[in-house]
Amino acid sequence: MDWLASNWRTVIDLAGQHLYLAGVPLLLGLLLSLPLGWLAKRWRGAYPAVVTTSGLLYTIPSLALFIIMPIVLGTKILDPVNVIVAMTVYTVALLARTVADGLISVPDHVEQAATAMGYRGLRRLVGVELPLAVPVIAAGLRVAAVSNVSIVSVASLVGVSQLGSLLVDGWRRIIWGELVTGIVACLVLALLLDGLILLGAKALTPWRRVAGGAA
Amino acid sequence: MIRFDGVTKQFPDGTVAVDDLSLTAPTGKITVLVGPSGCGKTTSLRMVNRMIEPTKGSISLDGQDTGRMKQSELRRGIGYVIQHAGLFPHRTVLDNIGTVPRLLGWDRKRTQERSRELLERVGLDPALGDRYPAQLSGGQQQRVGVARALAADPPVMLMDEPFSAVDPIVRDQLQDEFLRLQDELGKTIIFVTHDIDEAIKLGDQVAVLRVGGQLAQVAEPSYLLAHPADDFVADFVGRDRGYRALQFQPTPRLPLRSERTIVLGEQPAAGSGAWLLVVDEQRKPLGWVEPARIGSRGVEDADLHRGGTVARAAGTLRGALDAALSSPSRRGVVVDDSGVLVGTVLAHEVLSAIEDTDRPERDEEDPVHGGAVALAEDGA
Ligand SMILES: Nc1ncnc2c1ncn2[C@@H]1O[C@H](COP(=O)(O)OP(=O)(O)OP(=O)(O)O)[C@@H](O)[C@H]1O
Ligand SMILES: [Mg+2]
Repeated sequence: MDWLASNWRTVIDLAGQHLYLAGVPLLLGLLLSLPLGWLAKRWRGAYPAVVTTSGLLYTIPSLALFIIMPIVLGTKILDPVNVIVAMTVYTVALLARTVADGLISVPDHVEQAATAMGYRGLRRLVGVELPLAVPVIAAGLRVAAVSNVSIVSVASLVGVSQLGSLLVDGWRRIIWGELVTGIVACLVLALLLDGLILLGAKALTPWRRVAGGAA
Repeated sequence: MIRFDGVTKQFPDGTVAVDDLSLTAPTGKITVLVGPSGCGKTTSLRMVNRMIEPTKGSISLDGQDTGRMKQSELRRGIGYVIQHAGLFPHRTVLDNIGTVPRLLGWDRKRTQERSRELLERVGLDPALGDRYPAQLSGGQQQRVGVARALAADPPVMLMDEPFSAVDPIVRDQLQDEFLRLQDELGKTIIFVTHDIDEAIKLGDQVAVLRVGGQLAQVAEPSYLLAHPADDFVADFVGRDRGYRALQFQPTPRLPLRSERTIVLGEQPAAGSGAWLLVVDEQRKPLGWVEPARIGSRGVEDADLHRGGTVARAAGTLRGALDAALSSPSRRGVVVDDSGVLVGTVLAHEVLSAIEDTDRPERDEEDPVHGGAVALAEDGA
């Protein structure tokens, strides 16, 4: 507790940095996953390709990915952009399949009604398919959010500071207060993101809260 | 006018869903496609708005080949009621109804007004407008489905078993309202059902399909009941077709007898017979009573036998016969259009009236298309 009392400003700074490194890739990843998921639904042949590729991407060790990034992108080693891009790759790995599954989960009779009314292309995606895929996509987004918060802490090993730095430093110097603070702060951050997504999904799906539940 | 010209649909797996179908759905009329499950009704319907493309043959809309029209434009000009309503669960009732107007580029205000108007038109409480489909009963959902198809006022409507998911009483109600609506709107409608009773009640013309997607017969309902083209159609239209055909025969002048009546509270006169008809102040029939059981007190509501049906003098022979058969006194009650008693009739009198009426004549030349609704020459 003493440690936290004298270092809380640093902790807040690191938490802000952590949120940035985990949150921005979450949004970028979601944006990239939408067209990928849509493709995987439209062309059945693309679905297994999307699922397999994204599954493989997720198995790359994070440390390796952080180290490769400067080489691929031509950035400096300590540049936070490396972490942002790497985390975006992980997010897409998780979300592309989720978006595809969400779009595929739209009930057949709704799809047919949309076709019969003359819905096509982007208008159909935004007006009918995406809104109904929100519950599935939000569930995937929650997993990705928690996973991002946890993976980002590894970035301390390549010198990009965030809450993970507390763990590394606390461990090296055996400061228990610092270690515990690092762990708890990560947890709080993950719960916070999770809660935000939950609230957002609720706001986007008012029809699911009415009597009779999901239609 | 919708015209199928030698239309065949074979799916990639080899299933022939529709086989060389030639059929015309006249403008402003209801054409019903009926047949057992899997006979190609939905497939035929969906080839009209090109949700399914025919393998062979062509379909035209008022003389224009639909194969040459732009798909989305074609669809926005055709109202489609999908099986089990198929409403968008994430949109309110009003927004569901306004779907096609919005796609056509109407502004929000005009769409809202139109949606409200339609909500009332199909007999729904305006307060339901802001609900989601999950908050509606099956019957209400079906009504919304019909309203949605009508929203942009398309001249053509395709309806796929729109009333199948509700109980028989609600279905009967929906059918009556649908017929009233069609009387006002005069749309060109193709209506799919597997229920022959529904087909006969709603159709100006009924097309019976058999499994394999072949047209077995197309005719007006009364003709279909009188002259099924073959055993399959005869079987399909059912055993009591003779009785059901009576619903298309207007009642000729029946020999009505005047009936002694009594109002509630009155005491039956001596020698009233076994049954006495009770009417209200406007002489509308309420039911029958047995004077012998009442003795010397006034007739009470609890004494009434209400089992008998009431026939309209201008109604059908089926109604008249049913009134006689269901009446506890065996005397069928006949009323005028405002429900006022005009007299009673006995079953054998209705039967002799039936014997005097003509059945629709059989067309020997063309058993499949004989008796179909005549088309106006100008094809309007
Ligand atoms: N996409 C498809 N691929 C292969 N066969 C199909 C396809 N769609 C329908 N069929 C087959 O075509 C036939 C006609 O189907 P359709 O849906 O038109 O029948 P229906 O008369 O509407 O039946 P129901 O009363 O059960 O709705 C059936 O044998 C069905 O299995
Ligand atoms: Mg069908």
